[in-house]
Amino acid sequence: MNAKKQLTEGLITNNPVLVQQIGLCATMAISTTLFNGIGMGLSVLIILTCCNVVVSAIRKIIPGQVRLAIFVVVIAGFVTIVDLLLQAFIPALSSALGVFIPLIVVNCIIIGRAEAFSSKEGVFLSFRDGVFQGLGYTCVLVLMCLVRELLGSGTIGGGILNGATSFFTLDGTGAGIRIIPEGFGAGALVLPFGGFLTLGCLMAVMQYALRKSNEKKARKEKEVKE
Amino acid sequence: MFASIVTISLAAILTNNFIFSQFLGICPFLGVSNKMSTATGMSVAVIFVMTMASAICWVINEFLLIPFGVAGFMQTVAYILVIAVLVQFVEMFLKKAIPALYSAMGIFLPLITTNCAVLGVVLLNTQNSYNFLESVIDGFTGGLGFTVAIVLFASVRERLEFADYPKAFEGFAICLVTAALFALAFMGFSGMKIPV
Repeated sequence: MNAKKQLTEGLITNNPVLVQQIGLCATMAISTTLFNGIGMGLSVLIILTCCNVVVSAIRKIIPGQVRLAIFVVVIAGFVTIVDLLLQAFIPALSSALGVFIPLIVVNCIIIGRAEAFSSKEGVFLSFRDGVFQGLGYTCVLVLMCLVRELLGSGTIGGGILNGATSFFTLDGTGAGIRIIPEGFGAGALVLPFGGFLTLGCLMAVMQYALRKSNEKKARKEKEVKE
Repeated sequence: MFASIVTISLAAILTNNFIFSQFLGICPFLGVSNKMSTATGMSVAVIFVMTMASAICWVINEFLLIPFGVAGFMQTVAYILVIAVLVQFVEMFLKKAIPALYSAMGIFLPLITTNCAVLGVVLLNTQNSYNFLESVIDGFTGGLGFTVAIVLFASVRERLEFADYPKAFEGFAICLVTAALFALAFMGFSGMKIPV
């Protein structure tokens, strides 16, 4: 399996959120500002990569019956590390994401990749899988944040851009770049309603695009045969 | 005391519903809501596990983690282990004691371990520093809120099969759009408060 194929799988054809449709809770809950989206995406990327490497390294010595329990303990360990690091170094992000950082433990993406991929493949492949699947997750989160933030509150890059002291900031004071004048945004999009709606529409767009590209491929193959 | 219990229950069931406003437990919510019978089976199991997990985790946190000074970094690990063991235990108990119920909801039991509503309610209990009774009430009514959401949604989803929508929305996409409308409806409860 080459790197390019794994990358397209993670980003598009086997995207964790839009195609495998797992790990939806956090995706909808925190995608209200770009700060939250990038923070959550990168946290999951790091945890997923570490867990994939560890699970893959110990895959031959763990007995089959208790493997899920062992995966959960490995995941919980890394989640705690990331949680404490965020609390110490980026407290604004930690308080914005709240309970959803410890909840990465039960995020189906991580246990799903451990079960489906890294418990069968080698360490290096699992490492790459973790990075690419994590990137796919981050991309969806960023996309959701851009849509919800722009249409809902009328800004771009809330939380990290246009801070009180500097343009690029991590202390949570960033107001974002205003595109739509205040009071003209569709405020419901930053509420839970918007989370469900945006993700539903993104999934539909993805299914439409995948079907079109599959049809095109099938047509090309047919032409080649003829 | 009474007021705080009523406030917690009201929040967990209506104003701050676990699914429609806190986004906890979406995976099982979408996964098993396609039939009414499976939806009710799952709900009963979730109510039970959420109540038990709230009670046991409160005891463990108060009498084990805090006295030994490890609450900061052991909480998540301890809680998820308690939930996993609890689910396993419930499964074994039902298999021996009430085989009929076990076969009715057998496949949903292992799934509850990764239901983020269960871990979510336990973590939120700790975060809000609820006492024992409040934690148990929050767990139980949180489960009830899950039930309300999943049963309402299952009844709509059974009709969705005959609806005429664009082909691209097949599967989870149309479910999410429907859930969005539910969330909008549940927003109507958001102003409700108990006068203290």
